[in-house]
Amino acid sequence: MNYLLSVMGGAALLFSLGIAACAVRPNREWIRFVYGLSAVISVVLLVGAVLALFSSGVPSKVVLPIGLPWVGSHFRLDALSAFFLIVVNLGSAAAGLYAMGYGIHEMQPRRVLPFFPAFLAAMNLVVIADDAFTFLVFWEVMSLTSWALVMSNHRDPETAKAGFLYFIMAGFGAFMLLFAFGILAGADGGYAFDAIREHDRPLWAGAAILTLALLGAGSKAGLFPLHVWLPLAHPAAPSHVSALLSGVMTKVAVYGFIRIIFDLAGSELVWWWSIPILIVGGITAAIGILYALMQDDLKRLLAYSSVENIGIIFIGLGLAAAFHANRLEAGAAVAMTAALLHVFNHSLFKNLLFLGAGAVLHATGERNLDCLGGLIHKMPVTAFLFLVGSIAISALPPFNGFVSEWLIFQSILVSPELPQAVLTFLVPAIGALLALSAALAATCFVKAFGIAFLGRPRTPQAETAHETDGYSLAAMGILAFLCLVFGVLPTLAVTSMGPVTQELVFAVLPAQGGGPAPLALIPFSSAKSSYDGFTIMAFLLTAGSFTAWFIHRFASRAVRRGPAWDCGTPADSTAGQYTSGGFSQPIRRVFCSVVFRAREEVDMPAPGDVGAARIKIIITDPAWALIFTPVASLLERISNRLNFLQFLTIRRYLSLMFAALITLLIVVVIWR
Amino acid sequence: MIADIILQGVQMSIVLLIAPLLTGVIRKVKARLLRRRGASVIQPYYDLWRLLHKEALMAENASWLYRVVPYAAFAAVWVAAALVPTFAAGLLFNWAADLLAIVALLGTARFALALAGMDVGTGFGGIGSSREMMIASLAEPAMLMIIFTVALLAQTTQLSIIAYYIATTPIGLRVSLGLILVALVIVSLAENARIPVDNPSTHLELTMVHEAMVLEYSGRHLAIIELTASLKLVFYMSLFVCIFAPFGIASPASSMGGNVIGMMAYLGKLMIGGVLLAVGETMVAKMRVFRVAEFLGGALVLGLLATVLLFVSRGM
Repeated sequence: MNYLLSVMGGAALLFSLGIAACAVRPNREWIRFVYGLSAVISVVLLVGAVLALFSSGVPSKVVLPIGLPWVGSHFRLDALSAFFLIVVNLGSAAAGLYAMGYGIHEMQPRRVLPFFPAFLAAMNLVVIADDAFTFLVFWEVMSLTSWALVMSNHRDPETAKAGFLYFIMAGFGAFMLLFAFGILAGADGGYAFDAIREHDRPLWAGAAILTLALLGAGSKAGLFPLHVWLPLAHPAAPSHVSALLSGVMTKVAVYGFIRIIFDLAGSELVWWWSIPILIVGGITAAIGILYALMQDDLKRLLAYSSVENIGIIFIGLGLAAAFHANRLEAGAAVAMTAALLHVFNHSLFKNLLFLGAGAVLHATGERNLDCLGGLIHKMPVTAFLFLVGSIAISALPPFNGFVSEWLIFQSILVSPELPQAVLTFLVPAIGALLALSAALAATCFVKAFGIAFLGRPRTPQAETAHETDGYSLAAMGILAFLCLVFGVLPTLAVTSMGPVTQELVFAVLPAQGGGPAPLALIPFSSAKSSYDGFTIMAFLLTAGSFTAWFIHRFASRAVRRGPAWDCGTPADSTAGQYTSGGFSQPIRRVFCSVVFRAREEVDMPAPGDVGAARIKIIITDPAWALIFTPVASLLERISNRLNFLQFLTIRRYLSLMFAALITLLIVVVIWR
Repeated sequence: MIADIILQGVQMSIVLLIAPLLTGVIRKVKARLLRRRGASVIQPYYDLWRLLHKEALMAENASWLYRVVPYAAFAAVWVAAALVPTFAAGLLFNWAADLLAIVALLGTARFALALAGMDVGTGFGGIGSSREMMIASLAEPAMLMIIFTVALLAQTTQLSIIAYYIATTPIGLRVSLGLILVALVIVSLAENARIPVDNPSTHLELTMVHEAMVLEYSGRHLAIIELTASLKLVFYMSLFVCIFAPFGIASPASSMGGNVIGMMAYLGKLMIGGVLLAVGETMVAKMRVFRVAEFLGGALVLGLLATVLLFVSRGM
């Protein structure tokens, strides 16, 4: 009860901070104060959420007498909410701390300051809402405040386009969720979540709820093909906001999906629900990372990589649904734990990477990878922290990204237990897609880190870059440290998720820490599979440092510096280095000629002509080409046709209204 | 417990010590097949010794990453190779990482080397890193299907248990095992930068992938990278032996004698594998880099087929 009240109180504080920020004329101290106070409130809420997750009592509830008549505003804190409060507030605290240094460079701070705390408050309240109305209200507040944050640099035509698209997609998503809750609550309209859980729904309702939840939550989270707004809107915001949008807000969307599918409609969950979730997740993961590989813009690359990770999370959720519906507790527990762990992990490293991109952007003024290079010399700490994030997101041991993907693979490996033939054939294919996207993610982040931070500076801006401020480094450092901690001590995170999986799929992982290895992660039994990040890390450190010591001691430690060898043909020009487009060219040829219909147009001047040769890469985005452009042109054609309705007389309008009323009444009569 | 630690220590040292010898044997056999005399089989040891004692020549703008990566990559591959059961199945630390994690450790090594290739900012480093990552992203899904098939057969991904299971259970001649044998051959040729995917002995600019990536390295750094490459080859050979031919492997309870027999069997199998690889490499030509996609796609399809066959045969 106390934790719930403190969350509500914290959210109220954040809202009032936002209102205060509207009024006060910002200077350096005030900006620092607003971000600092947001970060402090987030830390308090974070501590409260951690305590709430561990104090496994009955869910606490509060009903406020505001909101819809007969419904009120219900709030409830259970294990799932507590887990997502941790994700939200950890990300918010890091972003707030970072913004204490980064935010003061903002050109128009009043376009960001009021909305930032309000955005944090709205995300907190979505997660604890316990009736459909409150949920949707705060969902919309979250959308609107984030939209305002995206639009903070509103004079850029790119931003305007991104904001417009975000507006449409957010509206679409909220409508879908509105319908989903409508079907969930049924005609009697018990909109409190408790009433929804007990409501009996007809058979067709399940399919409708699943579709609407996928569309509604999926458009916010960035599921293919509804992701189109995300790579435009997320990078347009200031970097600490981008981090929150990509690292945290997408997770709130995942929360909405989990709440609807596993909790509200949980009693009706049937095995075939997992098929669309798995297919959409698999396609999103693979295509998201292919998109990311094609990008030259660092922040856009990160945004597309979020699409990939959302796909991975949905693969985990699909597996959990399949196992849960078949009452295979062990598999369901592993898949659900994996999905939640990936939610947590992704919020850590994606925040870290976006904050790093912000530091680069501030130091050089550039987001284009082809204008960067050599930053490891100018920004050594940022480079190191960005490297940690890159290894973690590429799912490589001993960092945290590996643990969650490993757990998903473990649950894929028990999929033969599933009785449905469709699933036993589908799941291995999804596994191959997941492995493909993990490998492509490694390629993508070799490219991102290698082009931006390694090599030689490609522009004067990159040459004169400088290290970022202490607040930003502290925020990134904390996130990088957590990436390592949860990589080497995976049982720490996994055991604390027990109450959440218990609540959602009525199963938990076997007790960890038994047997020969106290720190090993054992999803099923130690005879089946185990992974001990701590031992691996210790082995790696010992082997690496022993080798280095041995060689330096007994062989040679002499170093001579000279010009690069480069097969005897070193070039002074930095233009001879690999570019972002050049690095992804093999992947583009292998995968994207089919997926994106990627083509290269080479314009080579004739021999003797001294004109420049040109290469043009043409990529067709399937989401736009197949879905959005046709839909948009169809809408345009319809609205052109209906344009004449604007020029009718008042009598005609009145008769139209009358006709509409009669038609609706007839429909009602027939329906009854 | 003490015996277990010794066993694990022997395992760690044996893979490290045998690695240059395996490379030497392969080079020798290849040379003989080409009617050359070839260098002695212990030449790789001399090479390493010589390189280790030379000063490391580094580009002026090489960063700390460039100096750390050889050790990091070496450590990752060494740990991976130490966790594959070679002569004894009951390794002390087998619980530390299952097959998925071991393969991911190789991924960490590759990630580090690919970054190092881009550190100096030369065209060759970039081309090497880019192509190496392309090949890896094709090989990884195929590797996963192989692991999936093995895990379905043995009901576990712990390598020690897999080896023990296949060595002791009469599972008969499985079509699936045959399919993944071919798939694993393809994947390991690609991962080890062997012909027909890449050529480890070439320094012709446009035919190299892995060698282009590490082109800038010299002295002790180069020595470690070469040792890493040899070690990776030993790793894949051990993986073959462990999954497809674990006979002779010492069981967790076996005595000193059992371990010695296991060791002899392992060394013999390794050398046979080396000869087979040399023969295979001599018979085929290197393929164009964009043909590699089809080659590795074949491995993925074989892996999927193996999994599907297991389901079908289980149904009957």
